[in-house]
Amino acid sequence: MSRLAVPKTYKLYIGGAFPRSESGRTYEVLAADGSFLANAALASRKDARDAVVAARAAVSGWSGATAYNRGQVLYRIAELLEGRRAQFVAEIEEAEGVTRAAASAQVDEAIDRWVWYAGWADKFAQVVGNANPVAGPYFNISVPEPTGVVAVVVPQDSSLLGFVSAVAPALVAGNSVVAIASERFPLSAISLAEVLATSDVPKGVVNVLTGSPAEIAPWLASHADVNAIDLVGAGALDWISLEIDAADTLKRVLRPESGADAAAPALGRIAAFTETKTVWHTKSLR
Amino acid sequence: MSGTSLVSARERAIAVLGGEPDDATLRRYLHGIAGVDAVGLEQRAAGLGTRSIKTSSKKWALDRIIELIDLTTLEGADTPGKVRSLVAKAVNPDPSDATTPRVAAVCVYGDMVPYAVEALGGAHGDPDDGLISVAAVATAFPSGRASLDIKLADTAEAVAAGADEIDMVIDRGAFLAGRYGLVFDQIAAVKAACARPDGTSASLKVILETGELVTYDNVRRASWLSILAGGDFIKTSTGKVAPAATLPVTLLMLEVVRDWHLATGQRIGVKPAGGIRSSKDAIKYLVTVAETVGEDWLQPHLFRFGASSLLNDVLLQRQKIATGHYSGADYVTID
Repeated sequence: MSRLAVPKTYKLYIGGAFPRSESGRTYEVLAADGSFLANAALASRKDARDAVVAARAAVSGWSGATAYNRGQVLYRIAELLEGRRAQFVAEIEEAEGVTRAAASAQVDEAIDRWVWYAGWADKFAQVVGNANPVAGPYFNISVPEPTGVVAVVVPQDSSLLGFVSAVAPALVAGNSVVAIASERFPLSAISLAEVLATSDVPKGVVNVLTGSPAEIAPWLASHADVNAIDLVGAGALDWISLEIDAADTLKRVLRPESGADAAAPALGRIAAFTETKTVWHTKSLR
Repeated sequence: MSGTSLVSARERAIAVLGGEPDDATLRRYLHGIAGVDAVGLEQRAAGLGTRSIKTSSKKWALDRIIELIDLTTLEGADTPGKVRSLVAKAVNPDPSDATTPRVAAVCVYGDMVPYAVEALGGAHGDPDDGLISVAAVATAFPSGRASLDIKLADTAEAVAAGADEIDMVIDRGAFLAGRYGLVFDQIAAVKAACARPDGTSASLKVILETGELVTYDNVRRASWLSILAGGDFIKTSTGKVAPAATLPVTLLMLEVVRDWHLATGQRIGVKPAGGIRSSKDAIKYLVTVAETVGEDWLQPHLFRFGASSLLNDVLLQRQKIATGHYSGADYVTID
């Protein structure tokens, strides 16, 4: 006699908890061959609002941690991903309908990017910052600081790699993130959230919404308490109007990218979500 | 704003109690009141909290919440400057929207009353006229642990400095020890100290500090005791003790106020204070008031919120309704 299947319920990840959508809505996630995979939460604007509140509350703790500590925490995510690689490979295989080798390569690349970005945590300020030349007995120093809450529409055509490539760089500088997962491939993002929940990432630093980016993104783009929006995966949306909404509330914006190397690892993705603080300091007088 | 006359309050208490308000008579009376059905009370409060208030009703509720707020700063670190900025916020809560109503009152420590009165200037007055009252906490707030003389001097000084309302704390130690007569006498004495030379009197809010009374039965008894002794308002908490205001406790106090109104025709106010930070919570209180004592009570002389951070949340909700998008903490003042 065969065992009764125990399908997993995929929920949202907000403030370190896994709530259902406040609207109670779900949608069916289908495998590449059209068969049923799972029900995922269909997030509403109020879930997005709650996620921003959670992200805002997490900003001071995460941005206040030392760069070295942030690097350690991000690196640990890579360690935990490595331990769960079989689950991610199987999920990607099913959802995207790719070969085991291709799914495995995607997980490898995702882990390597976490490690790459983790390494930047205590180094990017030296590269992005500057000791400016001045004509006087003082220093003039520019340092990058996190901008605050970053909303991310992750690349829509990938399960894990796109999510990691868009979320990791925003975290490096000390920002909190509200990420809208891929609508077609949301399951790996929620599985990754389970990794984040059991790693050392403070609650609220990463929040994951699943559902329709077309429905949720406008609320995040116009939200006055969101400081930046990464539209990397919003190419299929009306992203120009999202950019206009973002401008109304003075947000930093990254535009959509497409193709295989969308959201490729780059220092620029870290620097995009920072504000430059310039301070003057006297030189010691002898 | 003026309170009830002291003489009539005492006469009424004697009539209700059937004797002088000493320990024995009060004990007989207060312990004769039916006990509280705690499960039923909490279920009723939870039920009232599930009402869905949308669109135009929500807009009305948000404005009404602002009109019912005692905007409060009660910190050891309060300065005249802090009080002046509090008053500025009370007069003009949202400078980006001139339609925002003013709060009912500012609530400060007694020694800060002169600064509040000076800062308010022409805006000082009755909330019914669109003006702002000054409420002062007195009687060795928040513990209440001082001699009666000091409590009375504290009160008289605040009234002389221009306070319209006095928020006093009861002696919880005496209440819990069963010294009801002592608590009664202290409330009555503070009430007398609220009198002004011209014959009017500052309104008296009696803080029960329900977090320290432990049981719902005690809250009900303390509510009756405070009203009998001449309190114009009964207030849940100082905000310095957790739990502060909760919906079930406020519902219970509203029920006492309703029963007192049915018995005597007199209308007593209720002020939940402490821990009400979101518009959503505040709306639950409005629903509870309307369903328990009636919509008449949703006016500044009969219901107040003691709050500080609540105002910012209400302003954010108003901005959301006005602009159509979510607002953020950068668009309201830092308190």
